Formats: sequence, structure tokens, C-alpha cells
Amino acid sequence: MLPLSGERLDAKGIVSDKINSIDTLRGSSTVKRGFAHMLKNGVVMDVTTVEQAQIAEEAGAVSVMVLDKLPSEVRKAGGVARTASIRIIEEIMDSVTIPVMAKCRIGHVNEALVLQETDVDMIDESEVLTPADELRHIWKWDFTTPVVNGARSLAEALRRIEEGASMIRTKGEPGTGNVAEAIRHIKKVNDELRIIKSIYDSGDNQELVRIAREFKVSYDIVEQTAKLGRLPVVNFAAGGIATPADAAYLMSLGCDGIFVGSGIFNSDDAKERARAIVLATTFWNESDKVKEAQKMIDERQSMIGLDVSTLELRMQDRGGSA
Amino acid sequence: MSITVGVLSIQGDVQENILSAKSALAELGLDGNIVDVRIPEEISQLDGLIIPGGESTTIGQLSLVNGSLKIIKEKIQGGMPVLGICAGMIMLSNTANDRIVGKIDQPLLDVLDIKLERNSFGRQKQSFESDISLGSINIPKFNGVFIRAPSVSDVGSDVEVLSKFNERIVAVKKGKVIGTAFHPELADDTALHKYFINLINTSKN
Repeated sequence: MLPLSGERLDAKGIVSDKINSIDTLRGSSTVKRGFAHMLKNGVVMDVTTVEQAQIAEEAGAVSVMVLDKLPSEVRKAGGVARTASIRIIEEIMDSVTIPVMAKCRIGHVNEALVLQETDVDMIDESEVLTPADELRHIWKWDFTTPVVNGARSLAEALRRIEEGASMIRTKGEPGTGNVAEAIRHIKKVNDELRIIKSIYDSGDNQELVRIAREFKVSYDIVEQTAKLGRLPVVNFAAGGIATPADAAYLMSLGCDGIFVGSGIFNSDDAKERARAIVLATTFWNESDKVKEAQKMIDERQSMIGLDVSTLELRMQDRGGSA
Repeated sequence: MSITVGVLSIQGDVQENILSAKSALAELGLDGNIVDVRIPEEISQLDGLIIPGGESTTIGQLSLVNGSLKIIKEKIQGGMPVLGICAGMIMLSNTANDRIVGKIDQPLLDVLDIKLERNSFGRQKQSFESDISLGSINIPKFNGVFIRAPSVSDVGSDVEVLSKFNERIVAVKKGKVIGTAFHPELADDTALHKYFINLINTSKN
């Protein structure tokens, strides 16, 4: 049974079909959020080619995310970053058995519709691409395909869930190979969850109302989340993860799984690193296994990381105030 | 005697199955423990095992790496009841073909003689919920949640078909081995988990 806080039964993304006179329902919260639950304890890897997607699948990835350029390359290239080429997404969908995700720009409804029509398994409304609408994210209840969003805080996460996100991930700072921001974001979300849970347990509804106003979300979703003591959807870590130990640490902080962007295919030992990060994510609480995984990679082959404080472009701030 | 039921905790929706199994145990008023298991030593202690939904390629490869695949197979051959859900049913099968990609070389348990197709109903957009029936085990109506689900097109002579959706086989049973293409742990109904726990209890006591 799934916690379905904030569920909208009038969502346009819900489709009632009759298959040989049998009633079926697609795009319901159970089906969309349920998909994310199947990814738990797994690694989703950013890929740009069929070959990389196959390496990811062989390494044990639970899904691949198709991009035109890896986040670190997006950072270097500058200009406007858009959704990936549909032909490449389709080629990858035809060559791996695991689910395929793709990114659209924040607020770009029609890029998302194109991806839904392409039949990707999940859409990432992502700050790695250049936002199309700084004020409004996509109203994701209109989609039958589930959508994942990034969040740096509980307020952002709940705003996205109220818009219909079926899954949340940290934003971190993409394309840096620096895990510090992802750690900061998950710790902030965890701290805020602990606070609202203790307020809920104390019965102080007036304070929950104040928090709902501060968060710019409804009272209901704050109350339901506070009662659960965790986000009502699956929550992954993303942004800057480059090594097996990075992945294991984020799992230990309560993340349900890991997105790895540039960390794998921007390294010089992609195959080994992909396997090692999967191993460390699965066995994160067995230190001998994490050590074994870390030993599979060579730090000299790791992507060169970036210091977040000197960055000109902070992708994590995109869409953050909306 | 108290029973110990494990949920294979490699990848997928482990906690959801633990919750459903705990509710089922409580509703049945039986004495037992529901535990997540990952390593061979834990698996060897079990009276029954649930292999949850997730990605079968991931669960297969990682349970092969740490030796749990081998012990699961030995336990099942020794008569331990097992419930394989979606990816778990794929794990129980002897061959897996993908609807688009074709034959796949992935580690499997090979304890159910079934002809199985992965991602049989299409991609996530085609995932659905619908009422199904498992009449032969006294569950006339059940909310079947199908997520990128597999289906079975043919079964070996000793495999019983428990349920069909639109002429496709979506639940099977051979002795104490059960496979479902849908996710009972996502439904607001513990009937199937209760059936499985009863099976474990009868088998032990």
C-alpha cells in the first residue's frame, strides 16, 4: 500500500480504458508513484549513447536517463540546454530492457508532452537544462507518464508533489563531481521532516498552518507528510555523485536510491565505476562491500571536481523559488 | 511454531512488502517475524521468502555476486515457499524474453517452467490497475497493479494458472512457488500476502 498524500482524483493524466470490456486505469497515483517504488535501492545513470546505456544495464543500473550532453558538458558548452534528440532516446529504448527516462526543461509543457508521446518511462523536469518558465513548473497531474523533480528543501519537494511529481530527488550541484550540495539538500529535508513530525506529534496545528504558509503549500500535504515522517513519494539523491563511497553515504542518509550524472561516463573507467557504484548502493551498510567497490575504481580516473563556491552557473537555483 | 518470513532486500520495493506481510501476519493472528534478508546466512534461516518488485536484471546480478541466488535456489528446491512479484516472478522463471529487445541473458532461479515475456504490456505509460480474480485460491476480486509488468504465455504441465488478464497469464503456482505479474504490496488488500503466509505456516507446522 502506498501513501498517496496530495493525490488528485480529477487529474487529467488518469486514463480509463476498456480492454476487451475489462475496466483499466492508467496514470493513477498508485501506478505512477508505484513505478518509482520499483527503482528503490537502485542507480539511475545518465547516458548519451546506446553503448553507454548498454554498459549501464550490464552494470546493474535500474534505469538510464538520456541526455544530449552530460551535465558537466552542458556546463562547459554554455548556451541553452534542451531535451535530448528523440531519435537517440528511441534507439536507446529499443536496445535496453530497463526503464528509460529523459529530461525536459523546467516549465516546458510541450517538451514534456513530446517525451510522453515518445513513451519514455519517466520524465525528469530538470534544472540541468535551461528553464523555460522561471515562475511555473509543469502541472504534472496532466501527465500519464510519471515525472521526477529536484528539490533542495522540504518546501520545494512538497510544492513539486502538489504539482503532481511522482518522485523527488535532491538537486545537488549537477556536473561538478562534488557531492557536498546533495548532502546538504538531503540533510536539510531530513531535518525539516523531523521538525514537522515533532510538531505534528505535539498536536500544534497552528504551527503546522504557519509552516504550510511559509512553504507555500496546502495545510493538508504538510499534515500528511508530518504524520508519515517522510516524503510521501520516493526520494533519490542526485547531483555531484562520483564515487561508490559518495553513493553509500547518501544511502546512509536515508535516500531511496541514486542518480549518477557525469560521474560515470565522464570518468576514464566508466565500466568498472558503473558496477562499483551499483555495488556500493546495494550494499551501502556493509563496509567491506563498499570498500571492495571503492577499490574497483581509480581516483586518478575520477572526473575532476569543481568547487561549488566559485561556480558561475548554479543549476540548483533554477526554478527554486517557484 | 513461529515462522520467519524474509523479503529479499537487494533492490526494489522491499519495505512495502514488509508492511503488507506484517499486516497479513497480524490479521491472521499468527506468531512470526517478517525480516529483510540479503546475505546467504540470513536466507538459510527462513521459512518463506518474498522476492519483491524491482528490476530483475539488477536483482539477479547482485544476488549472484553475493551468493544469495544459489542459496535461494537450494532452499526452494528443499521445499521453502516463495512468492515472486513482477521482477521476482521473472527471477523464478527459466527464460526471460523482452517484448522489444528479445532474449536476454540474465541470472535466473529456474524453478518455474513458464514462458515469460518481460515488459509485456508495454512501457510505463501503459502500466495500469484493474480488478483481477484468483478464484482457485479463494480471492475472487483483487486490485491488480501492473507496472511495466511481465506476462506468461505458456506454462509447463505441472504449473497451475491462478489468474489471467485479457487472456494473458498473470499469476502462477507450482507447489509452494507462486509468481505474480502484478504488485499485491501496492494494493490496499493483504489477501494474497495472507494466502502466502498461511502457506508458509501450513508448510512448517
